[in-house]
Amino acid sequence: MSEQTTMTYREAMREALREALATDERVFIMGEDVADYGGTYAVTKGLYEEFGRDRVRNTPLSESGFVGAGIGAALGGMRPIVEIMTVNFSLLALDQLVNTAATLLHMSGGQFNVPLVVRTTTGAGRQLAAQHSHSLEGWFAHVPGLKVVAPATPADARWMLPTALADPNPVIIFEHSGLYNDRGPVDPDSGPVDIERAVVRRPGDGLTIVAWAGMVSKALDAADELAAAGVSAEVIDLRSLRPLDLPTIAESVQRTHRALVVDEGWRTGGLNAELAASITERCFWTLDAPVSRVAGLEVPIPYAKHLETAAIPQVADITAAALALTGVGP
Amino acid sequence: MTTDTGPDIPEAQVPGSNELHRRLLADMIRIRVFEERCAELYGESKIRGFLHLYIGEEAVAAGVISCLLPLDGVLATYREHGHALLRGVSAEAIMSEMFGKATGCSGGRGGSMHLFDGATRFFGGNAIVGGHLPLAVGLGLADRMLGRDGAVTVCFFGEGAMAEGEFHEAMNLAALWNVPVLFCCENNRYAMGTSLKSSESQVDLALKAASYALPAWTVDGMDVMEVHRATTKALASLRAGGGPMFIEFQTYRFRAHSMFDPDLYRDPDEVERWKQRDPITTFAERLAADGTIDAGDIDAMWTAARKETEAAVAAADAAPIESVETLLDHVTRPVDPLPDALGPGADDVDDIDEVWP
Repeated sequence: MSEQTTMTYREAMREALREALATDERVFIMGEDVADYGGTYAVTKGLYEEFGRDRVRNTPLSESGFVGAGIGAALGGMRPIVEIMTVNFSLLALDQLVNTAATLLHMSGGQFNVPLVVRTTTGAGRQLAAQHSHSLEGWFAHVPGLKVVAPATPADARWMLPTALADPNPVIIFEHSGLYNDRGPVDPDSGPVDIERAVVRRPGDGLTIVAWAGMVSKALDAADELAAAGVSAEVIDLRSLRPLDLPTIAESVQRTHRALVVDEGWRTGGLNAELAASITERCFWTLDAPVSRVAGLEVPIPYAKHLETAAIPQVADITAAALALTGVGP
Repeated sequence: MTTDTGPDIPEAQVPGSNELHRRLLADMIRIRVFEERCAELYGESKIRGFLHLYIGEEAVAAGVISCLLPLDGVLATYREHGHALLRGVSAEAIMSEMFGKATGCSGGRGGSMHLFDGATRFFGGNAIVGGHLPLAVGLGLADRMLGRDGAVTVCFFGEGAMAEGEFHEAMNLAALWNVPVLFCCENNRYAMGTSLKSSESQVDLALKAASYALPAWTVDGMDVMEVHRATTKALASLRAGGGPMFIEFQTYRFRAHSMFDPDLYRDPDEVERWKQRDPITTFAERLAADGTIDAGDIDAMWTAARKETEAAVAAADAAPIESVETLLDHVTRPVDPLPDALGPGADDVDDIDEVWP
């Protein structure tokens, strides 16, 4: 076991990209301002200087065009990593992702797979308002043919990418914009992680909290508060939004008998609803209470800090919901 | 019209042999016979879904595809039976696909609009208008980055696609990145029932394309030799390392948009005028007049095409259907197992069937 280092989520992702570029000639990065500028969130900073303009390739503001070009390059034998600035902008490429990347393998009777990796940011918290802050990863998790992952820690930011690149299918990586400066331990030699598996971030036996992306650290903070109130919360980091690792969740809920799903995205029709339904279907006879949800309020994300904070789940909301669920709270 | 002769590219050697002429005529006849049979089979409910016929436009596919090499890639629209057939997908595999059979070229998953074939680098069969143009750019980029010298990608699309944003994004990317892609616009003058004039503010399509700083010109798409000549010229430049090009082939579909279309939006006189320019009969007459072929040769081509099509129909009819048990195959391709470290949490997960009752 090698020594762990600490790095930020941003540095971890950059290290993963650097390794991919250095070890596989088929890998290249493209997206808006990924080269000289270094990426909107500075994730690709320095890579253009190291690997050149062909492999760290700036694109015009043509999300559908360059995602489609990524699909074509993947069909042609490359391993493109396409950066889309935010999930809101990914909607301009929804046609390519949903109508083409997700369908080609099936529509061609198994002949043409699309080994494409798309990286994009999700989530609120930086006062970027309603066209840069939404959490739409659940929409993509709806689509058969895509794989959707959301690293919540620097270690996952470091080690999900090689797994995604080794996958013969299109994989979308959602990086929460609020996590880039988070620092955490990263094992430099741990190797690729299984991106289809959820992981228990904190064991407990009083209830199971399921979260992903930016909500994981909030759920862990809530678990600290709950511990002080005498409630033992188990926190599961979903990691993969499609496919869903329901076995890991079910195993936990069957021990704790209570489940709380935390989703930064909207409640109606959200991934939280799918999780709540799946848990209810599978664990109904072992549940001591209805599955509970904490989700984003049904409003476009506003600019003003206090309004933005109120629009998405906070630690106190999670704690309160957990206390209500366990019968300790109001 | 921008120009009839194309940009200033060194005139490549255009083969003018009898062999080529015969092939082009026979190719067009193969498409015509195959598709006329498709229309009948649609009436018999053997083929379902949407069926878009290429009848009248055969000179474009025949002229372009006869210039291609095995290493080249082809992308087409949902009106692509002829392109697939000439690219080398067997009539049997295409017909079986339209019958929804397991032996179809897409395993019965695609149907008429989604013919695919890895062996001939035939990338569909794409039914989102304009959606495949960016893919062509990516295939060209891969060819360049992987050093597949001489390879080109040919992308067919209708003039309707030129109103889509993806057309403009793809042209810009192709020109910026200098990729070896030939954009073949099959201008049949109607996007479903909407005429060119009512959908484009600028009806000179080559002029529109040329605004992306790439060579673009217009060719008579009813004359198979004109199509072949223009494509030969363009591909010589692309294979030598040149950047993307655009050709507008002016053509016309003799049938309605699809089998559901009552064709109320076209003047019957207009349709009749274009039928006078039928690419098969006009070319056959020309070849007969200059003594390249005789009536017997032409009859033999029709007979051979009918034989090919009937054999395909018989095979498709007799072919098995996919088992419903395979329905969920090909949604995602299985992943090779990871070597060692699966990361935290990987050990405590059991098989899904063991956990869910």
